[in-house]
Amino acid sequence: MTDFFTMASLVFVVGSGIRLATPFLLAGLGETIGQRSGVLNLGVDGVMLLGAFGAYWTILETRSPVTGVLVGLAVGLVMGIVYGVVTVTLRAEQGVSGIGIFLFGLGMSDLLFQKKVGTPLPIRGFADWHVPVLSDIPKVGEMFFQHSVLVYLAFLLVPVVAFLLNRTTFGLNVRAVGENPAAADSLGVSVARVRYTTILLANGLAGLAGAVLAIELGIFQQNLTNGQGFIAIALVYFGAWRPVGVMGGALLFGMVSATVLQWKTLGLVSGATSSLTAMAPAVLTIVALVVISRTVGQPAALTRPFDRGR
Amino acid sequence: MPVVAVMAAFLVGGVMLLMLGANPIEGYGALLDGAFGDADALADTALKSMPLLLVGIGICIAFRASVINIGGEGQMIAGAIVSTLVALGLPDVHRVLLVPLVLLGGLVGGAIWGAIPGALKAYSGVNEILSTIMLNIVAVQLMNFLLRDMIMDPYEKDGGRIPQTQRLSDNSDLPLLPGDTRLHIGVLVALAMAVLAWVLLWRTSLGFRLRAVGHNSAAARYAGMPVKRTIVAALTFSGAMCGLAGAILVFGSESHRFVTDGSSVGFTGSAGFNGIVTALFGGLHPLWTIPSSFFFGGLLFGANAMQRAVQVPAALIVALNGLVVVFVVSSDRLRRAVGESLGRERKPSAGGDVEARS
Repeated sequence: MTDFFTMASLVFVVGSGIRLATPFLLAGLGETIGQRSGVLNLGVDGVMLLGAFGAYWTILETRSPVTGVLVGLAVGLVMGIVYGVVTVTLRAEQGVSGIGIFLFGLGMSDLLFQKKVGTPLPIRGFADWHVPVLSDIPKVGEMFFQHSVLVYLAFLLVPVVAFLLNRTTFGLNVRAVGENPAAADSLGVSVARVRYTTILLANGLAGLAGAVLAIELGIFQQNLTNGQGFIAIALVYFGAWRPVGVMGGALLFGMVSATVLQWKTLGLVSGATSSLTAMAPAVLTIVALVVISRTVGQPAALTRPFDRGR
Repeated sequence: MPVVAVMAAFLVGGVMLLMLGANPIEGYGALLDGAFGDADALADTALKSMPLLLVGIGICIAFRASVINIGGEGQMIAGAIVSTLVALGLPDVHRVLLVPLVLLGGLVGGAIWGAIPGALKAYSGVNEILSTIMLNIVAVQLMNFLLRDMIMDPYEKDGGRIPQTQRLSDNSDLPLLPGDTRLHIGVLVALAMAVLAWVLLWRTSLGFRLRAVGHNSAAARYAGMPVKRTIVAALTFSGAMCGLAGAILVFGSESHRFVTDGSSVGFTGSAGFNGIVTALFGGLHPLWTIPSSFFFGGLLFGANAMQRAVQVPAALIVALNGLVVVFVVSSDRLRRAVGESLGRERKPSAGGDVEARS
């Protein structure tokens, strides 16, 4: 175990942890916006898969990572429109329709991959961008300032989303709709319009998260996300519906995964024991949920469809 | 109507087949023939339907109590683990006793994995959707650990290192049904459970409490019902059904081993999620879930025949299942919206029960 407590391990764990946290963070931030307006989107994992395949296929065909990222985002937005129609306009039960979206994304991304690509060909993403000056700091630079541009983008979104939710009129409307849609409605806020907007943002970010995952891994395969979208949803609760909290949760999941990777590389754990350590974030999340549910309330109207007539 | 929703989903599927350059009529024809064409196909469809039916029954019980159980995958794995431990621990018990014991092990394992999120929801206010998702992850990793370590086939430990158990005791094999097919007793067990679940929900006081809590938990509380205990019971029974499915998957398998490919889908075939589709299509009624599961089992099994006939991956059916869910939950609402605007009386329906959750 002493092998693990070295500077090199620390640099690896923090560096890879940040990288691995990025898809969780993007999807989690989107889900946060959605849930603050009272919309639970359980389909994140499916949207991520579709976004991941969209980005992967585009890059395979065009060799342009930027186009790939945009396609991932666009795929997410399209799924957002579908989810909006289903849950806002038709007021379908959110939890169950989300599972439908998940299954659709799981099957559709696999179908298109098998039909259009077949064998997992690797793609090239963005070269790491070394932040001038800062990346030259020994160790610290390696940990924090030598990442893909997508990683910086995701972390920059944390203050942006926090500002959006807490300091803008739109954010006020979002929170009002999430806590008491009837009151918001009586003050002239269109609940449907607010929720459509947040659903589009949430799904767009989920698509983007999938794109980032595929680009970072440089590959696509069946069920590429392996449940990461579901974890992102849990991180929203973990982070008590605040962007900074979600970032903390995403980093925790990323760092734990990186630690397990490093332990494996150093031969400190066998394949079997690493499964036990991989449980840790899930167990921690359950513990956090118990603690949080006693102190912080969820948005009061979460999962409740709004019907003006009633 | 769920039937309309399924037809709509398959219309979309037909368009997708056309866009992928396949003839939809030929594709669906091959699918139906592969699923229901002859006795062997019907037997395999029935086997494929078994986990969908059991998970679907569990979903009926949970959703009727307004508890959303997304943890079917984990509960199936938990059931498989406990039943496997029973078979490994008591290999020499006579099969008349061992078969019921391993099935009981499945029930117990799933029940435990369901009771945990039930208790967390009832006594700590933890959202069951979240806790069941997390417990799915825990169950998968526990399975991976056990199959690579404590209960790994000793032969594999030295050799190929395939994460699986040894061939489980002959005495624990599920007896085959008469007739020259692969049908085993697990299918009958699943059918019996559907009847028992119907009895539970509509002929016992616990079932009445479950549905009362699901319909209006505040009213149930004023009526003096133990709402918290009822929520725990709903998830415990729901988990037990899923756990039983996991046990039957292990002991009814061709290899008679518990094998993992590292993911939950590899073991369950996503039955924990597809069972939700099945239950919704069956109107959250255990008995209607029987034909529903047979239909979806047929689709999933026939998809392989479709893949061979028109070269469209079987994953299409998974995508269509997703569409069915989306269409069922939204068409229900659509229908009611139309009914309301015409001034008709609102009838309680499956979707309404789910919505009533607080």
